[in-house]
Amino acid sequence: MDQNALSTRALYHFAHARTGDKGNRINISVIAYKSEEFERLVRQVTEQRVAEHFAYRHPTRVTRYVLPRLHAMNFVIDDVLDGGVNDSLNLDMHGKSLSYHLLTMEV
Amino acid sequence: MAVTIQLVPGIQSDLIASTTRSGSIDEEAVLTQSILVGCAAGFSGDRVDVALPVVQTLIRRGAPSAIIFENLAERTLAQQQITRRSNPDLGYEPLLELEIRPILGLCLQHGVTIVSNFGAANPHAAARKIIAMAAEMSLERPRIAVVTGDDLSGQTGLSLLEERLGSEFDRERFVCANAYQGSREIADAILAGAQIVVTGRVADPCLTLGPVMAHYGWQDDEWDFLAGASMAGHLLECGAQVTGGSFADPGYKDIPEMDQVGFPIAEIFEDGSCIISKADQTGGRVSVRTVKEQLLYEVHDPGAYITPDVVADISDAQVTEVGPDQVRLTGVKGHPRTSTLKANVFFDGGWFGEGEISYAGPNALARARLARDILQKRLGHLFRMRFDLIGLTSIFNDDGSEMLDQSLTRLEASSHPDAAADDKATDIEQRWPVAFAVPMDIRLRVSAQHMDLTVIERLLREVTALWTCGPAGGGGARVNKRQRLSTSSCLIDRNKLPARFEII
Repeated sequence: MDQNALSTRALYHFAHARTGDKGNRINISVIAYKSEEFERLVRQVTEQRVAEHFAYRHPTRVTRYVLPRLHAMNFVIDDVLDGGVNDSLNLDMHGKSLSYHLLTMEV
Repeated sequence: MAVTIQLVPGIQSDLIASTTRSGSIDEEAVLTQSILVGCAAGFSGDRVDVALPVVQTLIRRGAPSAIIFENLAERTLAQQQITRRSNPDLGYEPLLELEIRPILGLCLQHGVTIVSNFGAANPHAAARKIIAMAAEMSLERPRIAVVTGDDLSGQTGLSLLEERLGSEFDRERFVCANAYQGSREIADAILAGAQIVVTGRVADPCLTLGPVMAHYGWQDDEWDFLAGASMAGHLLECGAQVTGGSFADPGYKDIPEMDQVGFPIAEIFEDGSCIISKADQTGGRVSVRTVKEQLLYEVHDPGAYITPDVVADISDAQVTEVGPDQVRLTGVKGHPRTSTLKANVFFDGGWFGEGEISYAGPNALARARLARDILQKRLGHLFRMRFDLIGLTSIFNDDGSEMLDQSLTRLEASSHPDAAADDKATDIEQRWPVAFAVPMDIRLRVSAQHMDLTVIERLLREVTALWTCGPAGGGGARVNKRQRLSTSSCLIDRNKLPARFEII
């Protein structure tokens, strides 16, 4: 078994995503590839699960906005950048890569 | 305003009957053609060979048009403020000349308005630079408008900031502050005949909304129109991010000819809706997917995207493909603008330092970890450091190294003979994508921030010293330090922050 293979249930196979940042807060859009899968994703990719997925970065709040006409969800995640673009010690101080972390969530 | 009548169609050939809105309504209805706005930069440091295909496409399509360069990320402006203090002739976008030299003559000749925040901390100096360039190129002297009113570093600005930030306002460490100004002055400058509009800090979508407001003669309270065109501006303002940049993912989201990715053009209609396309004969792609990703980029509440001009609502927005590389955005609504403007305030944040060194081959991970332990033991009592073991984690990790530590635990567990039965290993495997085999090539990275430069310099020396005093086979040590700015933001009554423009 190829242990590096991503789970077949990873969100990555069903949606695409992009991170934007403002200060110490990011938003991650999650957009369903297929409209018929959107409702299932809305049921499964909840604020609670996203908060757990990013728990190691200690976000203080996760807010989800649902955009049915775009088959998209927008997650706003507060205080997840270890200080944000001006204070983070991370190479990726904007958190641009974090959409791909969310896409590893299993659905 | 005098609406230019050109009967050469843009993408959308239906012309819309309309009246001018200069206050006096013309006797005859005037045919208003839609306006094209192209974008040729999404940040300071973007590609400088992308503007020419955009301008050539605008000219070919024959409609009234503008080209924008968005050059100011949050920190870029503060860095230019610092530059200006050491040289009063600088402080504008360093790539200004490279950006506009290839297109300046064409834009002036064909009436393509140039709008940009490349004025940064010194829009007057940027305007002078453009006039000098035009002279060098034997072009007519362009009419350039300079928009100001964003800089809060003067006495009036400082007292406003003190009032708003209270004890958080540290005058000793204060570097600069700028308010996000809106579109009105850009529009008025164009109506006053400006061929080029140079601004400092304006909200990014304003670079687009300004020329569109001027074109259609929109008033400040036509909220749905302003919101629609602002979201067109939002789609344009990051350049290639709507044409396949920051998007391509081989096998999942394929984009053709990424090496020649074309920059976007929006055709914006009189109702504020738009069609996004891109420069002709370029790579990249405009699709429903690229547009959706960029539409939500840096948006928090989709029902209230706040700009200086309007509160845009994209809750019911729709994105539809209307042709190859043509995507229409409709259904954006607008709500009245807020009574405040946002200001970003920058303070001296001390120094940032980082160092890296690589270990490869047998036992590389153990040697990299030994190097990390050496740094921690020698410096850990003096200041906080962040460590990454690049090869295991380089960017998903957190400053507290929780992810890295769990990855290491998992690796240790999986290399144990009873790994399959190890609950801990299984638990971590489900949550995070981490390496499953012990990597043979690891680059240790350490970073820290401190007000005292000598502390950061000590860190950098310690990394370099790992060459001779650290584990075997350490190679490629590199260190780097830079000044840091910390930020704060606040909202200020817009009536206290008038913007203005002058034509020079």
